[in-house]
Amino acid sequence: MESKQTQTHDTGKKTILKITPENARFKYELKKVPGAERLMMCFQCGTCTADCPISRYNETYRPRKILRMAQLGMKDQVLKSDTIWLCAACYTCVDHCPQDVEIANVLRALRNMAVQEGCMPLNFKELASAILQTGYAYKIPELRMKKREETGLPPLPKGNIPDIEKLFKVTGFAKTLEANKGGST
Amino acid sequence: MTEKKTEKKSNKYVLFLGCAIPYRESAYEISARKVLTGLGLEIVEMPEFNCCGLPIDPVSHEAMLALAARNLCMAEQKGANIITLCPGCGGTLRKVNKTLKEDKKTKEEVNHFLKEINLEFKGTIEAKHIMQVLAEDIGFDKLKASVKKPLKSLCVAEHSGCHVLRPIKYIGFDDPENPQILKNLIRATGAKVVDYKNETQCCGASIIGINQDIPMNLTGEKLANMKEAGAQAVITVCPFCHLMFDTNQPRIERTSNKKFELPALHYTQLLGLAMGFNPEELAIKELRVDASKIMTVIGN
Repeated sequence: MESKQTQTHDTGKKTILKITPENARFKYELKKVPGAERLMMCFQCGTCTADCPISRYNETYRPRKILRMAQLGMKDQVLKSDTIWLCAACYTCVDHCPQDVEIANVLRALRNMAVQEGCMPLNFKELASAILQTGYAYKIPELRMKKREETGLPPLPKGNIPDIEKLFKVTGFAKTLEANKGGST
Repeated sequence: MTEKKTEKKSNKYVLFLGCAIPYRESAYEISARKVLTGLGLEIVEMPEFNCCGLPIDPVSHEAMLALAARNLCMAEQKGANIITLCPGCGGTLRKVNKTLKEDKKTKEEVNHFLKEINLEFKGTIEAKHIMQVLAEDIGFDKLKASVKKPLKSLCVAEHSGCHVLRPIKYIGFDDPENPQILKNLIRATGAKVVDYKNETQCCGASIIGINQDIPMNLTGEKLANMKEAGAQAVITVCPFCHLMFDTNQPRIERTSNKKFELPALHYTQLLGLAMGFNPEELAIKELRVDASKIMTVIGN
């Protein structure tokens, strides 16, 4: 892995990056994803981070930094980091970016890539599995169904499981889920 | 704002409940059905439901598109626009609907997915959040006319929720920097609305499965700001925001060592009270934070 990936040497104060051809290609792969097209337009003004509600309450989540790392091709460091999962998708950064970079969507593109590397957080596995089994993102307890009837609400619409299975398969998501089985966080 | 003017005004809507409302927030559904029917809307139940797709967008954009498009197709078959109570569902269905109508390449890709289940996206309907239906389709005049019991003695804070506001280029409904529509909807009930610090800030609910501290801090800060501005309650239009402001409020109080005791009502409950429904009919008792004090204020 060391020989193929960007190497970082900690020389005390400064970190020196050695960019490999694979790392140099990363930004082009990322730019192809819908929503991430304007990645290279980011000129590091930091508006996204200054206006980010998550960054105010977390010392590691810095969208500006993540975009720079992506531009530089630090694929492994970005895709395997926990911080990319902290974006709340409030889209404040998208509305405020002077360069029209859809930062929240770049984050989504990075997450989509991270799960291709087997880094799917547990709660997303649970959400996907609930959708596959019931059509709903949460497994709604029997008790609640009964309570609905008692309060006079109509029965909940039933999920069409065969349709969802087919859509997960044709979009490639079924394969992604398979690759993320067990392990990971 | 961007709707076609030629579109026939229909009062028939497919109700898209989403997942969070039947799971945790049935008071929102109960009160919404009451006020919507009361305003003359015909509610069609969503057939063969599936999740709007938003929860899995972070792990598969394609699967999200496919799930959202399937829902849009089901409503197309019913020949009615979609109304959602959840801004997450509303924002997703609206965004995907717009993308598929305008972007030929994505439409082709998604229709290729949908072919597997014998469906095709045609682009014949609209998807709207309840706030949009109330403000644009029903209109403020009709809303004000439906108010039998103006809530004049009540003073509240609003929390619009991110996905009814942003990103502006896909949603294009209210001004995300200075949102006014929910405030005007509240004013229509006779209640007063306070301005407070960091009004447009996200409550953080969407990352609660990854990190619990950040959303608790964000919501706690908002609760403190609302309280400081003199609000007697907070009004929400999103089941997830409501979970943060209501269900999680006692926990936020414990961890931050502050007392808020600020009731969080769904907008449909507030409107319902003004329309003359009683608190039982609107499931006020299901709220975690005791709202009896404000029921006394408004004379219920």
